[in-house]
Amino acid sequence: MKQYLSPLAANLKPSGIRKFFDLASSMENVISLGVGEPDFFTPWVMRESAIFSLEQGQTMYTSNAGLIELRRELSNYLAKHQGLNYNPENEILITVGASEAVDLAMRTLISPGDGVLIPDPSYVAYAGCATIAGGEIHYIPLRAENDFRLQVDDLRLAYTPNCKVLVLSYPNNPTGAIMTREDLLPIARFVCENDLIVISDEIYSDLTYEGNHTPFATLPYMRNRTLHISGFSKAYAMTGWRIGYVTGHSDLIQAMTRIHQYSIMCAPIMAQIAALEGLRNGESAKKSMLLEYDRRRRLMVHGFREMGLTCFDPLGAFYVFPNITVTGLSSDEFAEQLLKEERVAVIPGIAFGPAGEGHIRCSYAYSTEQLKEALERIARFVKKRL
Amino acid sequence: MLSEEDRRLLHILEQDCRLTPEELSIQTGLTPDYINKKIKQWEKDKVIVKYSLLVNHEKLEEDRVTALIDLKVLPQRGEGYDKIAQRFQKFPEIKSVFLMSGNYDLCLLIEGKNMYEIAQFVSDKLSPLDVIEATSTRFVLRRYKQDGIEFYGEEERPKRLVISP
Repeated sequence: MKQYLSPLAANLKPSGIRKFFDLASSMENVISLGVGEPDFFTPWVMRESAIFSLEQGQTMYTSNAGLIELRRELSNYLAKHQGLNYNPENEILITVGASEAVDLAMRTLISPGDGVLIPDPSYVAYAGCATIAGGEIHYIPLRAENDFRLQVDDLRLAYTPNCKVLVLSYPNNPTGAIMTREDLLPIARFVCENDLIVISDEIYSDLTYEGNHTPFATLPYMRNRTLHISGFSKAYAMTGWRIGYVTGHSDLIQAMTRIHQYSIMCAPIMAQIAALEGLRNGESAKKSMLLEYDRRRRLMVHGFREMGLTCFDPLGAFYVFPNITVTGLSSDEFAEQLLKEERVAVIPGIAFGPAGEGHIRCSYAYSTEQLKEALERIARFVKKRL
Repeated sequence: MLSEEDRRLLHILEQDCRLTPEELSIQTGLTPDYINKKIKQWEKDKVIVKYSLLVNHEKLEEDRVTALIDLKVLPQRGEGYDKIAQRFQKFPEIKSVFLMSGNYDLCLLIEGKNMYEIAQFVSDKLSPLDVIEATSTRFVLRRYKQDGIEFYGEEERPKRLVISP
């Protein structure tokens, strides 16, 4: 039946992590550090509010943009915690996870042949969604010596006049890097000078361990040039609920809402209700998860450095990204051999783009006992190769 | 007010008080020396009251009964309820003493080998006291959650895919 596929669907490459998923799933006694989701349950107050809403029979469509109560609460929350001001009536769209928001943003902004600047390494969906929208991908390499922070010189080198969109993703998956206001200012100036629009995926913004997160849209002149994307999956441990949002200038959000209206209709109502409860009463549960992640983050960085690997200090998200080049293995070889020899699953850096080579992504969304065991196994593996 | 660093340290100790200062140092970024001094200070100030163990006795199939005893008490001049509450807290059988709002004044949590032992304690030690006007004893039939720990129900961690982006 392949002859019926459109060239786009036929040529779309599977995510680089698929191979490891299949391999790791077929093995026993595997400790996986390959999961990009929290190991906590969604806080009970949020689950309970969704259960209650089902008991009350709240099982209908909501407005396309999402429950107005949720948009109002979100507007207040973003103003209070992040210094962002969006009108809940026409500048906020509730989506099916931040993933839908990324897809919508690409489809709303990109015409075939438009250049899309994507940091490398980065989350696997950006290039996929940009390709589906007809965009031409321009990778901007992120470098370990800059703590994987995007440098304006590298951005300038990757830029060509057909570029229209810049993707930003801080705190970053897979590196755990963050960017401060000072780091972002030159990027913002470049965006203005070259009339770019920014898709800023800040899904990990609440998982920042030192200092406060700077939303890109708060920089001078960036509010109307930025689609600010985030969601509840990471900070509120709600991955399976699929609930996210995008905020921006009303012209952009209304155009995105039109596509969303035809393809999705609305995000699931019970997930919207749980998210609303999270904004109202989930703050302490969120903080306690953050404390737990911070403790594990330090444990992991220390563990990798003790093994003799270079590991920069990740200040956001829940990943460490150690450099494994001293072992003489490529990231693919390292991950595959580690899985077979020591039954530890990690993701090769190359799966997140060419500049990820030489690194592995390890999630620390696991109990400290599991992390300690995994570190012991990895240390044994590395020692044989030094 | 706790500093951010001290809050981190206390959070980890509350999760697992068996960690050594060296392990705590790795997980907080504080020096073992600072951690040692801080813990000693907290112990001295009674911020850390006890390093305790939570046992699920049902698993051991041991005879053990817990009861909540509500007491209506005559407050004493100049002392209120403090004197009688302090008297109760000396009994090793009494695990907790609370001053309550509502119909009763004090609530005691008592542990014993069986119902008879607890009934004996109430009739011998509590009821004869002049200051006690009324008692109401309720036995615990099953313990579902204690000190933030759930004894039954969902898994400790959610089930996830082995790998996800």
